[in-house]
Amino acid sequence: MESTYVDKKYVYAVAAIRSEELKLLNASFLDQLIQAKTADECMRILSEKGWGREDTKTPDEMLSAEREKTWETVTQFVPDRKVFDVFLLENDYNNLKAAIKESLMEFDYPGIYIKESTVPYETVRAAIKERDYEALPDDMQEIARTAHDTFLHTKDGQLCDLMVDKACLEAILKAGNASGNEFLKRYSELTVAGADIKIAVRAARAGKDKDFILSGLADCDTVEINALANAAVQGTDAVCSYLAATDYADAADRLKESPQAFECWCDDLIITGMRSELYNSFGLGPIAAYILARESEIKSVRIILSAKLNGFSEEIIRERVRETYV
Amino acid sequence: MENLGLFFALAGAALSAGLAGCGSAVGVGIAGQAASGVVTQEPNMFSKVLVLQLLPGTQGIYGLLIAFITLTQIGIMGGSPDISLLKGLLYFAACFPMAIGGLISAIAQGKCSVAAIGLVAKRPDQFGKAMIFPAMVETYAILALLISILAIFGIQGLAL
Repeated sequence: MESTYVDKKYVYAVAAIRSEELKLLNASFLDQLIQAKTADECMRILSEKGWGREDTKTPDEMLSAEREKTWETVTQFVPDRKVFDVFLLENDYNNLKAAIKESLMEFDYPGIYIKESTVPYETVRAAIKERDYEALPDDMQEIARTAHDTFLHTKDGQLCDLMVDKACLEAILKAGNASGNEFLKRYSELTVAGADIKIAVRAARAGKDKDFILSGLADCDTVEINALANAAVQGTDAVCSYLAATDYADAADRLKESPQAFECWCDDLIITGMRSELYNSFGLGPIAAYILARESEIKSVRIILSAKLNGFSEEIIRERVRETYV
Repeated sequence: MENLGLFFALAGAALSAGLAGCGSAVGVGIAGQAASGVVTQEPNMFSKVLVLQLLPGTQGIYGLLIAFITLTQIGIMGGSPDISLLKGLLYFAACFPMAIGGLISAIAQGKCSVAAIGLVAKRPDQFGKAMIFPAMVETYAILALLISILAIFGIQGLAL
């Protein structure tokens, strides 16, 4: 009975989001952006499409305005933003990493924080600055204390990031499982598995030892982290052999193709997994899929804009642009 | 207890109007939520989504029709309301297809209308096709209506 109730609860929101999906960027629009000669031309095309706000000047302002618009749209239809915490946790932990790094800097850098998060970034920033970890949510206190101490003693930003990222993945998995929603569970599982695979591949390339690799891998159902870490110690080929026997056999093929193809696969993993929501009219899934689709297109536009600013060729950009939802 | 036949016949009529009406209320209600969502974003879609919202409402009308015919046949709406227990039970059974068929088909049609409203929201030019999908569910409500009508008029001629 509960699932029927929950399904009906989002009928209004799903229908409204269906209309919003018409405004998502499709593959041909992204192609038009890739063919633009300069970043300014891209910005003009995006402005004509309705991207950014009236006072938007830089690419960063445009992208952050779009991210704000996504949440404005979603909260307009689903006032209880807590159901989407699983998507915002990553921003919380990014803010935590930023606050830890900023605590050792001479100046303040307010621009490095992400506004859309479950804990206001000012709270995270103040808690790290004043070492008042109790001001943070329960799940974040211990990792904030450990990562901050580690960074202060070792000045090793990579180790600090690895610790916080692992805590972030564990928090996402926990929130996904606690939501009781099949879509959010699948999302959290794919996020954690994708991140584990990405960490293992990067560590294999950098020749890291097993302890270092395990300190970054978060436990999940579809990837056995001990076996993955053992494979990563032996090298990229061993990781490919391990992945070939899992649900993520595609990753092995893409990894053999090129590093960029593999990075693309990692990002596309989630958007491909949620495409079935396009045909679903009930439940939280289509709304959550819309948020992820927006995030994905913002990421693609960021790649195109920075590639244009740095004068990369169309071919290189095409290899890096992510799949679209629509 | 001598009017037990009348009681069963009346119960059949009441269930027919009540259950089919409940199904239509749920169907039209859920489709209305989806329609409101689309009109919030695209006000010019009102007329299209309104048609889709109203489709699950027909079962309630069919239920009312069966109830009305039954009430007329058993003499409650004029005439002498005096029928045997067996005839009363037969009227009850005759109303049953419309009551259950109406309830379930209206809810199913409501869900189908929600999906069709989503289709129209994304592809307004496909309105014709979008309307066909929920309209297919109507077939089964019409079949139930047909059987109930045939049965009620058949019972009338029986010497029981």
